[in-house]
Amino acid sequence: MELITPDFGLLFWMTLAFGIVFFILAKFAFPVINDMLKKREEEINSALEKAERTHQEMEKLQADNELLLAQAREERDKILNEARQIHDKFIEAAKSKANEEKERIIENAKETIEHEKMAATTEIKNQIAGISIKVAEKVLKKQLESDKEQLDYINRILEEIENKNQK
Amino acid sequence: MKNIALFGDNLRKYVITVLFIIYLVLNLPNYVFANNENHNHEAECFNEEIEVAEEKFNAGELIFDHIMDSYDWHICTWKGKHISINLPIIVFDEGELYAFSSKHLHHGHEYVAQNKHGDDVVFKIPDDGKYEGKVVRVGNDGTLVRPFDISITKTVCGLLISCTLLVVIFLLVAKGYRQRGERAPKGIQALIEPLVIYVRDEIAKPNIGKDYEKYLPYLLTVFFFIIFNNILGLIPFFPFGANITGNIAVTATLALFTFFITHLTGKKHYYKDIFNTPGVPWWLKFPLPLMPVVEVVGCFVKPVVLAIRLFANITAGHIVILGFVCLIFILGEMSAAAGGAVSVVSLLLAIFVDCLELLVAYIQAYVFTLLSSLYFGAAAKEEHGH
Repeated sequence: MELITPDFGLLFWMTLAFGIVFFILAKFAFPVINDMLKKREEEINSALEKAERTHQEMEKLQADNELLLAQAREERDKILNEARQIHDKFIEAAKSKANEEKERIIENAKETIEHEKMAATTEIKNQIAGISIKVAEKVLKKQLESDKEQLDYINRILEEIENKNQK
Repeated sequence: MKNIALFGDNLRKYVITVLFIIYLVLNLPNYVFANNENHNHEAECFNEEIEVAEEKFNAGELIFDHIMDSYDWHICTWKGKHISINLPIIVFDEGELYAFSSKHLHHGHEYVAQNKHGDDVVFKIPDDGKYEGKVVRVGNDGTLVRPFDISITKTVCGLLISCTLLVVIFLLVAKGYRQRGERAPKGIQALIEPLVIYVRDEIAKPNIGKDYEKYLPYLLTVFFFIIFNNILGLIPFFPFGANITGNIAVTATLALFTFFITHLTGKKHYYKDIFNTPGVPWWLKFPLPLMPVVEVVGCFVKPVVLAIRLFANITAGHIVILGFVCLIFILGEMSAAAGGAVSVVSLLLAIFVDCLELLVAYIQAYVFTLLSSLYFGAAAKEEHGH
């Protein structure tokens, strides 16, 4: 029976001892421990969150980079294509222009040549006429040096004219 | 390795200090109240006396000697001599404090003190009768009066030792936290921390809810107090091995703490549920208030059950272990061969039960804390907190 009867003295000491232990631990030990545990947990949580966020940002950044890269590649191809087209067009235009120019120059040259030819012909004709007249003069002069010859000549011409008139 | 060694060194220092303080406390009455004593001989703490006769081995007596409280702390018997520490007896009688060593009361000896009027006051520990084994005052006409007895008994002494150790350990842990801050725990801190987190996350948080922080210091104190004393109770050497959590007064005090905390922090909703229990037919409440009576009785039964569960578990464990050990001596008394043969089996069984008791030490601390937190959870529940 004594085993299950709480002894009063022991109740007294136990209340005192446990009360003091409870007071000391609840005032000096557990607040410190719990606060620090909480703080550490928060620290770890925030660190993990931060790492997660950084990871996500990294992934996003990488995706962005790839997108940018793809865009840049596309842009480059486009620019190259355009450049090639412009280049081709330019060459084409230059070629046709050169051809035109060539034609024109040839035309011009032909015209000039024609002109020159005409002029030259005219001049040659004129010169030939002058020279002919001079030669004729000289020949006439030589033939008509004597009066007799002059008379002969006049007679011959008169005869000729007469012949012509008779006819 | 260095840290462990350092910690061990620190612990040793603390233990020695604690033991020294206990020694002083135990001897204090011998010096302070020396004038109360008729024979003023030198105070001695250790009492050695010769056995009167070779006693027959009595297992029941031995076991009960261990699990019951006593006025002296029997350490061992060496060459027929009992080596024990005489603990101080402190009693209040008729408004006066008497304190003296329990060595004066051995074997029915009477101790005569003087009260302030100069009259003799006789104390003794009767061997039988109503007050068997308790200090009583012998009245003038031979009647026995039980004074208000707050002696430092074996259990109280063990309690003070373990409480001191508990406080020292936790202040060390708190110091560790203050010094190491948010870094990983180390040494004893690392030993305590998982348990603290366990009590907080597995016991307090799920059962109490958002108010758990208010109750956490008590739950942690109770948990560590019980597990600490349970484990110390399993160590068979002085200054441990006192059956503290296997004492009904100790567990009753713990249960009373839980009871008062529950009912002092109980919110309106908690009391409303007791007197107007929801979810039962009205005729169970009116005109005969059956449910309220059941609920109110339940309030008082809960701590009683708490106290008895812890007490019975720990006491039973001690009895079983001691029983296995005693088996060797009982059979040894019949024949040495039988004792020798059974000792191996007995020892193995005792070791097994000892391991089981370690588990029980933890489980009982867990159960007590868990149930306390359940009661707190009910008390702290808000109006719409279903």
